[in-house]
Amino acid sequence: MTAQELAQSLVIAAPELLIAIGAMALLMVGVFVRKESANAIVTSLTVALLVAALGWMVFFAPMGPAFGGAYVHDAFTFFMKMLVLIGSIVALVMSVGFAREEKFDRFEFPILIALSTLGMMLMVSADNLLSLYMALELQSLALYVIAAINRDSARSTEAGLKYFVLGALSSGMMLYGISLIYGFTGHIGFDEIAAAVTGGERSIGVLFGLVFLLTGLAFKISAVPFHMWTPDVYEGAPTPVTAFFAAAPKMAAMAMLVRVVMDAFQPVTADWQQIIVFISIASMVLGAFAAIGQRNIKRLMAYSSIGHMGYALVGLAAGTVAGVQGVMLYMAIYLAMTLGTFAFILAMRRKDEGNVEQISDLAGYASNNPLMAAILTALMFSLAGIPPLAGFWGKWYVFLAAVEAGLWPLAIIGVLSSVVGAYYYLRIVKIMWFDDAEGRFVAPAGELRLVMGASGVFVLAYIVFGGPIAAYAEAAARTFF
Amino acid sequence: MLLTGIAAAFFYMFAFIAVASSVMVVVARNPVHSVLYLILTFFNASALFVLTGAEFLGMILLAVYVGAVAVLFLFVVMMLEVNRVTFRKGIAEYAPIGVLVGVVIAAQLLIVVVGQSLAIEPSGTPALPTPDPAARPNTAALGDILYTDYVYFFQIAGLVLLVAMIGAIVLTLRDPRPHIKRQNIGEQVARDPEKAVELVDVESGKGL
Amino acid sequence: MEAVVASYLPIIIFLLVCIGIGAALLIAPFIVAYQSPDPEKLSAYECGFNAFDDARMKFDVRFYLVAILFIIFDLEVAFLFPWAVSFGELGMFGFWSMMVFLGVLTVGFIYEWRKGALEWD
Repeated sequence: MTAQELAQSLVIAAPELLIAIGAMALLMVGVFVRKESANAIVTSLTVALLVAALGWMVFFAPMGPAFGGAYVHDAFTFFMKMLVLIGSIVALVMSVGFAREEKFDRFEFPILIALSTLGMMLMVSADNLLSLYMALELQSLALYVIAAINRDSARSTEAGLKYFVLGALSSGMMLYGISLIYGFTGHIGFDEIAAAVTGGERSIGVLFGLVFLLTGLAFKISAVPFHMWTPDVYEGAPTPVTAFFAAAPKMAAMAMLVRVVMDAFQPVTADWQQIIVFISIASMVLGAFAAIGQRNIKRLMAYSSIGHMGYALVGLAAGTVAGVQGVMLYMAIYLAMTLGTFAFILAMRRKDEGNVEQISDLAGYASNNPLMAAILTALMFSLAGIPPLAGFWGKWYVFLAAVEAGLWPLAIIGVLSSVVGAYYYLRIVKIMWFDDAEGRFVAPAGELRLVMGASGVFVLAYIVFGGPIAAYAEAAARTFF
Repeated sequence: MLLTGIAAAFFYMFAFIAVASSVMVVVARNPVHSVLYLILTFFNASALFVLTGAEFLGMILLAVYVGAVAVLFLFVVMMLEVNRVTFRKGIAEYAPIGVLVGVVIAAQLLIVVVGQSLAIEPSGTPALPTPDPAARPNTAALGDILYTDYVYFFQIAGLVLLVAMIGAIVLTLRDPRPHIKRQNIGEQVARDPEKAVELVDVESGKGL
Repeated sequence: MEAVVASYLPIIIFLLVCIGIGAALLIAPFIVAYQSPDPEKLSAYECGFNAFDDARMKFDVRFYLVAILFIIFDLEVAFLFPWAVSFGELGMFGFWSMMVFLGVLTVGFIYEWRKGALEWD
């Protein structure tokens, strides 16, 4: 690589470069300012840094391949990186009040969020197997630490350890798959791999590599049967961390999965399609049924996210332009709904008990705060997929794509499991509006109200402004064809 | 390419010892012995790397895994205070499932190998073929591309190490305990008689 | 390939000699020494009373921190070897590439130092 090529690459990857340099600078700021104010200063500067990266990407960053084919920035990565950055920024903003109350206000927390966001953006942009793995490790390593950041809490530490052990196992499987693919095709670049397997001429070794690679990726998006870590980690980790886990990493891992199968393995669609169909059905069904018995709202959201990943995979299973478009829209809508719901969970705070997490604690909330209850109701209806809310449109796009691709049974199972899933979302609504009040929550902080309001508006008004988003997503999905 | 002659003999020796000692890692009664067997496995794996011409990887395996990671494992074993009796509890329950999984994976690998005939050749030409070790030694061949063509991965590796550093400190470092009196050398050196000694006129019978 | 393997012949001979001497020293006592085994000879020596408990104590978690920080810098040094070997071929690009890498880890090092992770107490 010559210096000139490097300069061009750095211009394309400028948002990532900005985050990398900014995170290191903030690390220095954190250790050199007074201890008491370090967290507040570093958190606000990190938010500013991520916003700046987002702005830079939207307004200045050119598109194209970089670093000799290791990295690519195109319409698809633009869309997914925007989701990743929004997820990280909102999760970080929501953490401020909680971190202060629960005493994990350490300045490393925002820096680790920034570094894992950097890893996620590189994951989304990865255009060969090596950069995919390196980016994934950067992201995962930061996430393992974030999960255990409240180290005086046994549950947080346990969550971090579980996540680490299972994450390391899945990384190992993925690396094994990557080495098989490299060994049998001789290439790590997605385009070269696609060329090597063109016409369905793939050796059985490549197939094994593909299976191991998909196993690792399924773990990262917590699709069944690699979902076991999700409920424990969601429940154990501090709530703002859970909100972050449910939002940004899912976007990045899903984008990575889409790129791997649509870019590198498009010639052998029949091979991966059956795997994706299987994990999609399994995730939807498990997400619907396992959530029914949950008492803890964070655990419920864990099963809910497993189910939603299943729905998004329905679009990927179709393997068409409409399918990829469906995945992108589903992830965008899921992001908005999840962040709104977690803002609400963070606001479930009693004066004497601190934060509460039981679903029964919501009893009679509507009589205390009807506006907030109405927003949560809208979010729950949207998660359940009731028209005309945003969640319905997400499901609409993926199921339509599946039907067009001839995957009728998948679409039917999807519709049936969303009917089952609607039960537990509606149960929350029922508890909120019709049960007797147990006690009041303290008034939510300003930033939480802002997130809830924005997500409520998004969910309600999606039908108004959804058109341009869908059009952009379709154009972005065409980059794979 | 299959090894022949004396190289093949060494390959089978190292491979056998590696497999046997990794079995011993699992079945050894004393966790410290497990770690020692693990070190033996690392040594043999490193010898296997050397046999395939990847000298640099072999040496790094020794320097990093034997020199540092194995020591860390010993620390962890010591730190956990693994009781020898409870350590093996439940192994009888889980062993059948473990064996089953192992057999399934072994069978799959066998299908791959048999299905491809014995000599596995990459189907395409590799993106970057290994240079002839006689012309360019392994370490230099790595160095030629790692810092220029592969600068992207190299710098991400640096960031991964940075995250590991932050993570280790965030998770294990406690604030210094307040009852410990610390030495401040700068303060000691900067002491002068004016500040160190205070002269007080004490009136008789009154005290301070 | 064969040439590479052949260049390791001195090490193989060295290892064989080591194993031979080590084995000889281990086996010789069994043959020539006077033996009278007794379990007491193997027990831990405590002055006048039986050992209270196991000699294996829990290690402080700080050993672990030192070890993991050591591994990180060990890996950093591992990256320096190929760089040094092909330094002549790399030019300024390769030089600055390594300087940036070292810069990133120096940031980490300053962080460690300021946090007091390098102090024992």
